Amino acid sequence: MVTFQDLLRKVKARIREVTPAEVEPRLGDEGVLWLDVREHEEYEQGAIPGAHLIPRGLLESSISMQAPDPATEIVVYCAGGARSALAALSLQELGYENVVSVAGGFGQWKAEGRPWSEPVTLSSDQKVRYSRHTMLPEVGEEGQAKLLNSRVLLVGAGGLGSPAALYLAAAGVGVLGVVDFDVVDASNLQRQILHNMDRLGHSKVESARETLTALNPDVKVEPYGERLSAGNVLEVMSGYDLVVDGGDNFPTRYLVNDASLHLRIPVVHGAIFRFEGQASVFHPYQGPCYRCLFPQPPPPELAPSCAEAGVLGVLPGIIGSIEAMEAIKMLLGIGEPLVGKLLTYDALTEDFRILNLRRNPDCLACADESRPPAIVEYDQYCMPAGSVARTV
Amino acid sequence: MMHTIRLPTILRVHAGGDSSVTARGSTVGEAFSDLGKRYPALASQLLEPDGSVPVFVNVFLNDEDIRYLEGLDTPISQPSEITVLPSVAGG
Repeated sequence: MVTFQDLLRKVKARIREVTPAEVEPRLGDEGVLWLDVREHEEYEQGAIPGAHLIPRGLLESSISMQAPDPATEIVVYCAGGARSALAALSLQELGYENVVSVAGGFGQWKAEGRPWSEPVTLSSDQKVRYSRHTMLPEVGEEGQAKLLNSRVLLVGAGGLGSPAALYLAAAGVGVLGVVDFDVVDASNLQRQILHNMDRLGHSKVESARETLTALNPDVKVEPYGERLSAGNVLEVMSGYDLVVDGGDNFPTRYLVNDASLHLRIPVVHGAIFRFEGQASVFHPYQGPCYRCLFPQPPPPELAPSCAEAGVLGVLPGIIGSIEAMEAIKMLLGIGEPLVGKLLTYDALTEDFRILNLRRNPDCLACADESRPPAIVEYDQYCMPAGSVARTV
Repeated sequence: MMHTIRLPTILRVHAGGDSSVTARGSTVGEAFSDLGKRYPALASQLLEPDGSVPVFVNVFLNDEDIRYLEGLDTPISQPSEITVLPSVAGG
């Protein structure tokens, strides 16, 4: 029989301990994994910023998700330096070659006045609801908390807006603004899955609010039952992290583009016609804008609307879902969003392509960052009205 | 050298309903001229009377926008795919 102190002494002889002062300079270093092996309740009261929580009891079974590479530099800490020493030895035995344990743990770290914060954590209901998200290393509880604190504006609660809104609400995006002036019509229900028979004649934004809050009470819906116009677009869009464009006409799309350049809000773009769809992400001044790609709209005879030309109902389901995926990638900062790329989809041949887009150095809308286009009401020609000094 | 030209739905009516057509040429412009011999109505949508591409039509050679290559003079050195990209606004 040995005492815990004897055991700890033997363990510490086989691992590398570092002081908080020695390791603090590595904070924020992308190559270093900071691992908190305390229990949830301890972690919630304060932790080293950016640290990942894996309670000691789950360490061996969960570490490979966070650190698939055995060469990963791992800084492991607990409350006082004992559990982290045991954890470090265990990690070494699993084959991790660069593990250090913080002597004195979080207690010492905090007492020395080093940076710490209270991590945003999920309620027990949210842990269940979002468990399939949080188990993804790319999302985790931090990513989910980020979604819950995000604000996305959906332009249009129609064919594209319906699936996009449903998936963003299900994903737990905290605030969903929805702009649509229209009322639900029976001819919408073949594709606009936010709405149903009981809502015929009701405002689309109210119908959207009912559907989305019934799906997920974490989501706050901000309805705008009005037409986006030069007079309201900046006010409506400001304060959102991202806009998902599901509009159904060119003037609104150009208006959203111009406003996004004033407010520097990325726009997730989707557009459909019969069996064809397109999607992209227009990230102001970091990639091309809508007008770089389409300096002006085609004549009306070459671009009939869905009401005039028809659309297969599933098509907006696919493109709107891609918009939701791009929105979540942008909010989480993961993967490669479609910035500078246009995805095209032909449903009849089931053909997906990605075309490269470039920022037009002579773009009338985004060439000069200090002078975005004047916000004006567009007619069918959508010609820019010149640029103005930034107003927002 | 034979190239495939992918057409948007709105223009297929000028090509007998086909989603793509073939054309010969050593530049994008030559391929469009070749197309015009068989599908004059289609060519009139792709080219302005002065021979330029309308501003609302985007043409990609493989994955690249010809505006950022050499426009209609962009040379094509091997059998390629030319995509005529429509501007659509439906939602």
